Amino acid sequence: MNNSYEAVMARKSEIMKKSVGIDYNKYEQNYLSFDYEKMLSDCNFSLKEIRKIQIENGVGNTPLKECKNITKLARKVSKKGYGARIFIKDEALNDSGSFKARRASISCYQAKKMGYKGVIAATSGNYGAAVASQAAKYGLKCIIVQECYDSKGIGQPEIIEKARACEAYGAEVVQLSVGPELFYKFLLLLEETGYFNASLYTPYGIMGIESLGAELVEDCKNQTGHEPDMVVITNAGGGNLTGTTRGIKKVTDKDITIVGSSVNLKGLHMASDTDFNKKSFTTGHTGFGIPFMMNPDRSDVPRSAARPLRYIDRYVTVNQGEVFFMTEALSILEGIERGPAGNTSLAAAFSLAQELKEDQIIIVQETEYTSAGKHHQAQLAFARENDIDIHFGNPQTEIPGKSIVFPKNINQIKVQDLDLNKIKQKYIHNHIKGYKKISHRDIEFLAIETNTSAKFVKDILLDNKIEVEE
Amino acid sequence: MIKKNSWVLIEKEILKPSERANNLPEETKKVPLKMWIKGYLLKDSQLEDEVEVKTLTNRIETGILKQVNPAYMHTYGKFIPELLAIDNMLKMELFGGDDNE
Repeated sequence: MNNSYEAVMARKSEIMKKSVGIDYNKYEQNYLSFDYEKMLSDCNFSLKEIRKIQIENGVGNTPLKECKNITKLARKVSKKGYGARIFIKDEALNDSGSFKARRASISCYQAKKMGYKGVIAATSGNYGAAVASQAAKYGLKCIIVQECYDSKGIGQPEIIEKARACEAYGAEVVQLSVGPELFYKFLLLLEETGYFNASLYTPYGIMGIESLGAELVEDCKNQTGHEPDMVVITNAGGGNLTGTTRGIKKVTDKDITIVGSSVNLKGLHMASDTDFNKKSFTTGHTGFGIPFMMNPDRSDVPRSAARPLRYIDRYVTVNQGEVFFMTEALSILEGIERGPAGNTSLAAAFSLAQELKEDQIIIVQETEYTSAGKHHQAQLAFARENDIDIHFGNPQTEIPGKSIVFPKNINQIKVQDLDLNKIKQKYIHNHIKGYKKISHRDIEFLAIETNTSAKFVKDILLDNKIEVEE
Repeated sequence: MIKKNSWVLIEKEILKPSERANNLPEETKKVPLKMWIKGYLLKDSQLEDEVEVKTLTNRIETGILKQVNPAYMHTYGKFIPELLAIDNMLKMELFGGDDNE
């Protein structure tokens, strides 16, 4: 068989179909739309079943904890009467140490049910350990493909720790240098082994998180007598935001504000061999968050089940220095030592809480485990070795890849809002590119995808001289 | 000499610079795509030999022999004293300074 880069990429859809057992063509409609809800409902998992599978496999029912001291701190710099109660959902307590166990649990359950001998996932993050841990429970073989090192073989401590964790759960870890051609090796492995593609972006990978959204509403109600007013979700590929919000909507009609938050890595190129070790966050950052929001189907399956623009109300960024600062705060003020990436939304919540009244509730929906390598101490030490200037000052002066700026004063921790309207316009632009006409159904699809209106879509079509089929 | 059946790490070039994808930044395009993988050595060999290994999923991979019993050497890194300064700042804000003792 011809295994050149071009030849393997040309076999992509054939390999994909065999490896996830989903015929994505079935859901395609008209010019650019597809039936998202049918793709999910065809997988036949009710929220109740998902929770049962998870609880039997060391996943879910994590505690919701009130961060009383962090709340007090936020109130010190809020206007009088402001400073919402901040809670965190301690997802680090899932087997394998992150909310990603929820996604892996349904993927591995499905792989076993369909008779696959093993699972493969392409991930440098917590998802690898999650898949390895769940695969271990089902006796499935497991391969994790990581983008791990630059071309000199130097790697982020966080990713190296993740490789160790995967191997601790019995997985084979394939480590690659920087580059999107990781997908090429991933396809070759799927073809060679015939294993299940435990992608983050299949319906299984998304529906597994619905339990998290449902739990956080129920926990909050049980503990406070109220449902949350705002939920802050760290955003990278969009699955966390999609799954959590879908879960929330399944258990409440309350109009809870959904905020996505990402670490600002503006200016760093994600496929750059030299930028690779200049960043201190390997996930939860804008380098994934923004492109995946504007083009969700750039994922490793033909149609991604992660569609964050459908669900997000507000998108904010925080800086690396602010997240490390809040990671330290969680440890020193609340006695909870957790990994930095999961605290992206905690840093955002600290700022957002100051916009809400004291009797309101804001939930940070995840934490992640920490240990040598993926501790903020290790990430900062690695940054300093790579000549990143670490100092106190105004975090807004931080330049990703050049500096990490810790706030000099508590009141300098401030989220920056991204213009969601612009992101929605760009999403539509990306999807209508190359078409001379589209259908009414496509317009409806684009409006749902961007949580806008038919008029919003039509105005853009008009500007681009694209006809609407009668 | 490294004995057959030793647990080893190999390195392999997957794509030469000329075979890499088109849409890459220059610095990435001029270096090869490399792979590192662990497995059991199939024949007695020397470091830097091209060897075959059997991986945990019983696949055969070839590459340059780099390490025997590859260890996890990552740590918490060199101490960052700024973290202590953050601790002091937070405690001072919330609980006051020495007056609190």
